[in-house]
Amino acid sequence: MAGLALKQIRKSYGPVDVIHGVDLDIDEGEFIVFVGPSGCGKSTLLRMIAGLETISGGELHIDGQLVNDIPPSMRGIAMVFQSYALYPHMTVFDNMAFGMRIAKADAAEIKRRVGEAAEILQLEPYLDRLPKALSGGQRQRVAIGRAIVRNPKVFLFDEPLSNLDAALRVATRIEIAKLHESMPSSTMIYVTHDQVEAMTLADRIVVLSAGNIEQVGSPLGLYDNPRNLFVAQFIGSPAMNIVPAKIVKTGTKTTIELPDGGKVVAPIKSGSALEGSNASFGIRPEDLSIVDGDKKPVLQGQVSLVESLGEVTMIYVDIEGRDEPLVAKLAGTHMFERGSTIKLTAEPEKMHVFDSEGISLQHL
Amino acid sequence: MNPAILAILTIIIGVGGCVGYFYFSNQLLDKVIFPARGPNIGRNINRANMVRPWLFLFPAIFALGLYLAYPVFATLWLSLTDRDQGGAFVGLANYSQMSSEPKFWEAIGNNMLWLIVVPAMSTAFGLLAAQLTDRISWGNIAKSMIFMPMAISFVGASVIWKLIYDTRPENQDQIGVLNAVWVWFGGDPQTWLTIEPWNNFLLMVVLIWIQTGFAMVILSAALRGVPEDTIEAAIIDGAGPFQIFFKIKIPQIMSTIVVVWTTITIVVLKVFDIVLAMTNGQWGTQVLANYMYDKLFRSFDWGVGSASAMIIMLLVSPILVWNVYNANKEMR
Repeated sequence: MAGLALKQIRKSYGPVDVIHGVDLDIDEGEFIVFVGPSGCGKSTLLRMIAGLETISGGELHIDGQLVNDIPPSMRGIAMVFQSYALYPHMTVFDNMAFGMRIAKADAAEIKRRVGEAAEILQLEPYLDRLPKALSGGQRQRVAIGRAIVRNPKVFLFDEPLSNLDAALRVATRIEIAKLHESMPSSTMIYVTHDQVEAMTLADRIVVLSAGNIEQVGSPLGLYDNPRNLFVAQFIGSPAMNIVPAKIVKTGTKTTIELPDGGKVVAPIKSGSALEGSNASFGIRPEDLSIVDGDKKPVLQGQVSLVESLGEVTMIYVDIEGRDEPLVAKLAGTHMFERGSTIKLTAEPEKMHVFDSEGISLQHL
Repeated sequence: MNPAILAILTIIIGVGGCVGYFYFSNQLLDKVIFPARGPNIGRNINRANMVRPWLFLFPAIFALGLYLAYPVFATLWLSLTDRDQGGAFVGLANYSQMSSEPKFWEAIGNNMLWLIVVPAMSTAFGLLAAQLTDRISWGNIAKSMIFMPMAISFVGASVIWKLIYDTRPENQDQIGVLNAVWVWFGGDPQTWLTIEPWNNFLLMVVLIWIQTGFAMVILSAALRGVPEDTIEAAIIDGAGPFQIFFKIKIPQIMSTIVVVWTTITIVVLKVFDIVLAMTNGQWGTQVLANYMYDKLFRSFDWGVGSASAMIIMLLVSPILVWNVYNANKEMR
């Protein structure tokens, strides 16, 4: 069982705490993605798992063994760096063989393992080249190959695609997904700030903010059912629209009043203690649609900008209670005059309501 | 006139002259020769920009030609003539005379010894100091101390080390540090600088002491340029500190090591002041540059003196070319 267990993991630099007690269990073979804004501690957490940063407090178990004080090379991990971190003076073969040579492995065994990794990653024609003679995508494949040769229990990826151009990023992302499929017992932990990578690769996503876990869940679980305002706005692009509101009626359904006086009934259970309290109403841009006929709109306002992207149209709407315009993402092409009034509605089950602390009512 | 005023005047005329040269020559180029107007404006601007680098380079090229290139040819010519015969052409007679002198071969041999020992030791110590001082809190102070000898002239350093190797008669206190230590361990006072062949190494110590600081500063910068990621990748691959140093760091700064090594080699080939000030080439410590000085300014034999100067230049040139080649490669 090559799982990981993080128990109250903390990291501090002198008096400054950057990771505030993270608890997380990762199963064998899981693909876990850490996402979060810059400086949230996701890379630090990964580097603590790798052993490149000391753990200030808490316990880290890999495969059931406490590894807090075990050196990186003995933890059964391999890491792929954002900058590839290839040894520039060694050929592709030597880069991949370095770890095994340090471990004084048999030459024939080294050749076999490097050959296998090169075959998986289609690097065979390049084994004699130096890294500088390779393209960015090839270099990253060599870095992944170096990790595979180590035959680790846990793969660690630190923003491995950030230095690649857009097309290569998609291709390499698919390769990583395939790699995970071909090695079902290897656990992978992947750090990124790119939600597309997180949504497409992860079995579970860990959303971090300021050194705390905000939520852990499957990609669609986080999208459909964010625990709080931070996750709601972090997952999904463009971000979820948040409108300040007030809870006017509680029960099996919750009725909220928006700043323009409109009332919305969301099919979300709420306790009577919340009645009359401040809340936030959340709706994703892609869940908004135009009111047809004379039905009562959920939101209405003046069009401030229309962006036609062909497949979708982004409409920015000034509404009461928000300084920033609200965004609606509508399929197809739509024409609107700037300043004209637009009426928007949404399916009740797509609505989100957060209490005054920013916690989703569904998670209370 | 007061020398201070003279100096200030020189500075004003020199700096003003330089500024004036660049300003007025550019004005001449842009306004008169290739004016940026008229029907050929585009062509004129292009031509002016092609000429401009040469305008800027001219003073340096001129001065180098006058003070470096010309003396090389003059020396070459002098080495083929004889002063006693009123400067008559004698072919390679000076070279054959030189090659028959044991002192010349002693100098060549010693130079080779210097060439092997000093660059190797300076680079090795510099590398060691660079690596170690980067890892300690008072590393910067240590670095300044190690770099300090660079600021001392070779003659000054020789005087310091001559005191270290100093010998007093047996009935007096030994003021030389080396003898003091030697006597403390129970030895008899030695006249260190006369003991062949070890006195050569005692002289080399002076240059190593000076050049280690230079090597350290350059190599320290290079070591900091080694990407941290590659070191972390090596840690994860299981490499220990020594393996990281020798298999990851050193290979990545190899071109800098070569530049430092060759630069010190060139300094070594020209070594003169240290030998002149400490032994003046006696007791088997002669080197080429001091041999040249002996011939040229003590025996007034310009023929053999120039011939030995040509030998030094022949030895330095290939190393210099290699040094420049490596320095260029590193900058790319």
